[in-house]
Amino acid sequence: MKKMLGKIIASTRMKSPWILHFDCGSCNGCDIEVLACLTPVYDIERFGMVNVGNPMHADILLVTGTVNHRNKKVLTNLYDQMPAPKVVIAIGACGLSGGIFRDAYNVVGGVDRVIPVDVYVPGCPAKPEAIIDGAVLALKKFEVLRQQKLAV
Amino acid sequence: MQEAIQKTVQRTTIPFGPQHPVLPEPVHLKITVEDEIIKEVVPALGFVHRGLEKLIDIRDFHQMIQVVERVCGICSMIHAMCYVHGIEELMKIEVPPRAKYLRVIWSELHRIHSHLLWLGLFADSFGFESVFMQFWRIREKILNIDEATTGNRIIVSVNVVGGVRKDLSQDQMRWILDELDQIEQMTTQLESTLFEDYTVKKRTIGKGLLPSRQAVELGIVGPTLRASGVAQDMRQLGYAAFKELDFEPVTENNCDCWARCRVRYREVLQSIDLIRQAISKIPAGEINVKVKGRPQGEVITRVEQPRGELLYYIKANGSKNLDRLRIRTPTFANIPALFTMLPGMWLSDVPVIVLSIDPCISCTER
Amino acid sequence: MLENVVSVSPDTLAGEIAKTKYEGFRFVTMTCVELDADTAEVIYHFDRDFTLKNFRLKAAKNADIPSISHIFMAAFLAENEIQDMFHLKFKGLIIDFNRTLYFDDNAQTAPLCRYTVSQIKSPEPESIQNSGDV
Ligand code: SF4
Repeated sequence: MKKMLGKIIASTRMKSPWILHFDCGSCNGCDIEVLACLTPVYDIERFGMVNVGNPMHADILLVTGTVNHRNKKVLTNLYDQMPAPKVVIAIGACGLSGGIFRDAYNVVGGVDRVIPVDVYVPGCPAKPEAIIDGAVLALKKFEVLRQQKLAV
Repeated sequence: MQEAIQKTVQRTTIPFGPQHPVLPEPVHLKITVEDEIIKEVVPALGFVHRGLEKLIDIRDFHQMIQVVERVCGICSMIHAMCYVHGIEELMKIEVPPRAKYLRVIWSELHRIHSHLLWLGLFADSFGFESVFMQFWRIREKILNIDEATTGNRIIVSVNVVGGVRKDLSQDQMRWILDELDQIEQMTTQLESTLFEDYTVKKRTIGKGLLPSRQAVELGIVGPTLRASGVAQDMRQLGYAAFKELDFEPVTENNCDCWARCRVRYREVLQSIDLIRQAISKIPAGEINVKVKGRPQGEVITRVEQPRGELLYYIKANGSKNLDRLRIRTPTFANIPALFTMLPGMWLSDVPVIVLSIDPCISCTER
Repeated sequence: MLENVVSVSPDTLAGEIAKTKYEGFRFVTMTCVELDADTAEVIYHFDRDFTLKNFRLKAAKNADIPSISHIFMAAFLAENEIQDMFHLKFKGLIIDFNRTLYFDDNAQTAPLCRYTVSQIKSPEPESIQNSGDV
């Protein structure tokens, strides 16, 4: 019984993953493109994705921008609060490697220096189409993680 | 015991942010409330600080254009324009007139897109999600123009020292005018919803008051200042081709969130008009000049960003790297406004009031 | 090519600034430029009717600079920023972040200085951490 309930919950999470968007040190270019994904023209909600503000509700973490010394704690905090299985998408050149800010003194580097990243979306800024692509890829990964979790 | 409880109820400090659903960017406010009324606020910054001003040591003055564009993605074109104005003044370069008009066109497109974005976010901050969606739908049209004319949706990167990188053809200009007609029509359709709706008025009128005397004293800039009745717009300086165009700064006298919203709404229409004027007057000719030599000296340039006055201080010593680059962005000047606006308001009004100055944190911290 | 530049010293600074305020100028911002190993230059920018007025203050890096934040409240952010980035010290700041506006304990201090800042005994990392909670 318990197992079945778990299965149902897991598959609903798969059908409607909730995303949490965190901006750590981005230039806003990528942020507004993430927001643009939620609006009618791109409409990421057709994949059942809803933007939430609470990390405990979220399945997918979208991170834009570089990590700096002050926000890296915030980022790990958010990541730790999310329930497993969870997927992280790093967005934009900044999120991948630090991008144009790589050499600046207060920049740690890409998101993967701090938390594990599953999907990388390149671009400066990343186009909404690319972000949606990344989100769909993340869903596939999410499914795999879910299977693994069910297996144990 | 009872006393202790009373005391804690009386004054509480509530942290707001850094990750907060209504704020698109991480900023942290320590808000001290008594009951539900705000008594004082202290902002804490640093979540987006990257240290761009230091990159002048690594990148040369041409490459810095790409860096300053990424100070803020929303008004990237205007940052770059301010920077190249400074460098051109130092190197005594005369920019061709056509390039000046093209700069006006792209910078006004950026202003429209920034204001529409803000109008949407502002509507979202008091829970009016359908208006948010509408404004962002209109905004996509501007981004389409940007993409078709420059190749990128947001960071358009058209400015180079000595002019612009791309030209607009006659067809493109005609198409832009068509699109602008549609944008104007779609925006005016939303006017009554935004300004006459009972609930919206209730959430915005009388909130976050900033009397004009205080606004000037605190050094507030941009639409926040103009909503307090002070007609100050850096475009009156006449940089680029603005001195040949005809416009008046938009002002409102209500000094509250409603007035700030109204100013930005009217500036969208004003910018549409400015683009029409620029397209009708644009001269033919070159779009950039060859640049030789290196900058030397000190200069201050100021332009009007969607959020207010933007100031660049550039010091160069004749080598290929600059000596000092200081960027003072409008939000940096507008943050002190929160000290006047927030105290005395309800805690639940914080998102609306904070958003009403159009905070751009990545600008502020660079 | 800055126009309207007036040189001031730390003693005359407050008076000049108060006079500017009286004349109806608006505080724009402050810029700090490092000149050499011991001196830095702070430039105060004011604006009235689209003309800028600038004050130049040469300051030794290890001396305190009088704050103008009690005259122009808006100056506190700029002064805090200069404290962070150039390791100068402003005396009488109304809201003093104590060099933690942008940086935490583990970040470097005075990143915008090209020369060393050994004149000031830089605080031990622990003490910065303590003051960070203020
Ligand atoms: S990748 Fe480019 S657009 Fe995105 S946050 Fe970084 S600099 Fe801005």
